[in-house]
Amino acid sequence: MSGPALNDFVIRVGNVNGTGSASANGLLMKAIFRMGIPCIGKNVFPSNIQGLPTWYEIRVNGDGYMGRSGDIHLMIAMNAETYAKDLACVTPGGYLIYDSTWPRPHMLQRDDITVIGVPLSQMVNETFQVARSRILMKNMAYVGAVAALINMDMHVVKAMVEDMFASKQKLIPSNMQALELGLNYVKENIDHPLPFTLEKMNKTKGKVMIDGNTAAGLGCVYGGATVGAWYPITPSTSLMDSFVKYCHKLRIDEETGEHKFAIIQAEDELAAAGQALGAGWMGARAFTPTSGAGISLMNEFIGFGYYSETPAVFFDVQRVGPSTGMPTRTQQCDIMTTAYCSHGDTKHIVLYPADPKECFEMAVNALDLAERFQTPVFVLSDLDIGMNDWMIDELTWDDSYVPDRGKIVTRQQLDEGFEFFRFLDVDGDGIPYRTLPGTHPTKGAYFNRGSGHNKWGKYTEDSDEYKEVVDRLIVKWQNSRHACPQPVLRKASKFGGKKPSAGIIAIGSSDPAVIEAQERLAAEGIHLDYLRVRAFPFADAVEDFMAEHDTIYVVEQNRDAQLMTLLVNETNVTKNKLVSVKYYAGEPLSYKFVMGEITAQNNQRQTA
Amino acid sequence: MPSFTKPKIHLKNEKKNDIGLIRADYDGVMSTLCAGCGHDSVTAAMARAFFELSIGPHKAVKVSGIGCSSKTTSYFMKEAHGNNTVHGRMPSVATGAMAANPHFTYIGVSGDGDSLSIGAGQLVHAMRRNINMLYMLENNGVYGLTKGQFSAAADLGSTAKKGEVNNLAPIDPCALALSVGATFVARSFSGDKEQLVPLIKAGLKHKGFALIDVISPCVSFNDHKGSTKSYEHTYKYYHKAVHADYVPPSAEIRASYDDGKTMPIELHDGGLINLRKLDSGYDPTDRASAFSKVLESQQTDEILTGLLYIDETTQDFATRKKLPGRGLNTYPYEELNPGADKMKDLMREFG
Repeated sequence: MSGPALNDFVIRVGNVNGTGSASANGLLMKAIFRMGIPCIGKNVFPSNIQGLPTWYEIRVNGDGYMGRSGDIHLMIAMNAETYAKDLACVTPGGYLIYDSTWPRPHMLQRDDITVIGVPLSQMVNETFQVARSRILMKNMAYVGAVAALINMDMHVVKAMVEDMFASKQKLIPSNMQALELGLNYVKENIDHPLPFTLEKMNKTKGKVMIDGNTAAGLGCVYGGATVGAWYPITPSTSLMDSFVKYCHKLRIDEETGEHKFAIIQAEDELAAAGQALGAGWMGARAFTPTSGAGISLMNEFIGFGYYSETPAVFFDVQRVGPSTGMPTRTQQCDIMTTAYCSHGDTKHIVLYPADPKECFEMAVNALDLAERFQTPVFVLSDLDIGMNDWMIDELTWDDSYVPDRGKIVTRQQLDEGFEFFRFLDVDGDGIPYRTLPGTHPTKGAYFNRGSGHNKWGKYTEDSDEYKEVVDRLIVKWQNSRHACPQPVLRKASKFGGKKPSAGIIAIGSSDPAVIEAQERLAAEGIHLDYLRVRAFPFADAVEDFMAEHDTIYVVEQNRDAQLMTLLVNETNVTKNKLVSVKYYAGEPLSYKFVMGEITAQNNQRQTA
Repeated sequence: MPSFTKPKIHLKNEKKNDIGLIRADYDGVMSTLCAGCGHDSVTAAMARAFFELSIGPHKAVKVSGIGCSSKTTSYFMKEAHGNNTVHGRMPSVATGAMAANPHFTYIGVSGDGDSLSIGAGQLVHAMRRNINMLYMLENNGVYGLTKGQFSAAADLGSTAKKGEVNNLAPIDPCALALSVGATFVARSFSGDKEQLVPLIKAGLKHKGFALIDVISPCVSFNDHKGSTKSYEHTYKYYHKAVHADYVPPSAEIRASYDDGKTMPIELHDGGLINLRKLDSGYDPTDRASAFSKVLESQQTDEILTGLLYIDETTQDFATRKKLPGRGLNTYPYEELNPGADKMKDLMREFG
């Protein structure tokens, strides 16, 4: 089990949204990161602007485990409304800080944890006059209290505050003052530090704290995307914010002021999809970020893109469905809908990033794949990856990268006698050639359509001609599995040279929890190989992995075992080899959940 | 059913345009619409307009949605890229294509079903954005491909072929366009090529969104007695309000403008749209005046035609987006890549 111990514990802050707690919590996490200690921050926030409960969870883990643990060792309960719940979820032996300005309800007691009262409001109200700053400063005060309790390096904290208010210098003294209120109170009144504290490490060098949407937006810039269309939807909005920010920073011609990008806020997701496809048809690299509800609206256009073989990249930053669902909670619930999006026979290329680094890389991959295979490509991220800060290796760029534009016929080729037919499989790989509008005055134009067409690019209602085209489309899709990111195999640590008979398959943001569960299960004698799938259509290695193991735990974050369904549907695996491990309650997956489920299932199988 | 290329017939001494093409070079595949369909006349008018303007077909982009009218983009300019998109969603594809490269002449062809019901949202927003395209709305008041249901353009009291009476208020595309900021609003009739061809030319040369609502009767499902979109009804109530002629930059301008009935509008390319008004009190550069004129005509059942409103001053989409002088789709990657060193700088923000 993890923690609590030195550099190994979890802090959770319960607050009310709209009170400015996000920056205080960010400060707390970033300070730990700057002390060289690996950590993660998970924001559990409401679909609301002001007044509803919000939580922020920081896991400090010197061993570098990057998922949630499932424990809470130090709860900072700032929200009276959720106090009962916040009290209940503290791990036995843990601590809880509350604002003791007002007495805490007598009914709510726990003998197995330590409750610490800090009169935060009282101290802040005595020190600051303006109502708004009292609210804001209370957050800084609890940061100060926590800093004292866990031995946080105050030099680092101070430097962080100076960074935060670099453009508003006059706010620095008051914020430092608020920090010290909490800090000094604990020092003078509370038994400190706690049994679990921080100690400087050197494990965050070369690392950055970044969220997946920011990284994906940056990936679109570096991948050469020039047209981005979107309709605002949580949790994908910050992806376009990132593209906007970096385009303005990097893509405006200094002399002319011209924009080497076009960003269109569409009237709805249908239009956003049409705009991305229109730009892709014209030969620009184009994308649209959205979430599940948006994908539902885009269905028709995605089928059009598939059948007319038009490139565009669709980011689906998944949130909890169905319907409006819980827009600010995370899930992996669009696995099926993206795989087979739209009516008729359609199958798509879908990439599954597992962290912000892969959001960046797969944005570039997707732009390449969309043009190479002339089809819509999905990048299936989720709220956990997209909106939370993850600690990853610094992003780097290789200037030798050359975009894969696929088979685009040039004017010169047409002049030299290349016979162009839009949907003809010239090379036997299922991928036809395309021209861009304006290429040639008399050769190379074609009429793009979502209605029945033959390989020559003409309208058809002829059975054989229709079939010839859709049969090629499936070959093209199948071939794409070799060009997609390949799965990552994480073998069980050695146990007497034996090969484990069981394995885990997962995708995306389940990764850190699965890795930790895999290691901790090994310590308890359950040895498992782990294959992280990174794309659909599934690579051959997925088939091989399932053939090599008798039992495969399929870990995923949805109710209906969508990944497992897809595996059964698209591979030769025997269904009863697969054991479903599903979490779908909306918070980022914890290793404890995965471990608990696999242990239970394993025991059941042993006794059966 | 395959599509047939229209045979090109060469005539002796046939007139060539400024880029050496004949009118037949602007044809497409054979039309598969019903004999006598208004849309075929509109197709011919569009081909003629492009021919007379000497626009190279490969410098044009044709887009359409779904329906009889939307099929017609394959019946002209076969050397132009065309995109027959999904129902009611042509404007978004045009917008995306234009973002990628605004340096083509864009023409969209749609119908009243495609534009005013399923596609009303996209049409409205294309007009708001002032996309630089000519949008031909071939209006027959009826769903032809599904055999005769009323469209949202059907007039109150107009009857269906089987006698049903429409009792929902129509959406007037011109009134709609005026209310959401379209910068070129016109109405015409498939049977009046004298008016229609010059209007199309003016619309193509206008920098911004140009809507031409073309009454284009459906001979199979809406040309009967009782229909207000029949040939007979249209001829009877047809009223030409403002005639528009496009005058290219090089042409000598001879008209006199002091009679209150002629009015030159200067275009971005240096050419002119020369307006001839039948009613001297009407100012087609004044949105409110145009709007009231359109509303008045609704009261009198008059089919008000011609260039009803024009505004050459509002910036089009590409200008507002500060799009470069060449299409984004033509940029080599080297000019888009911020580079590895820049990435190192950017990463500092996240350390």
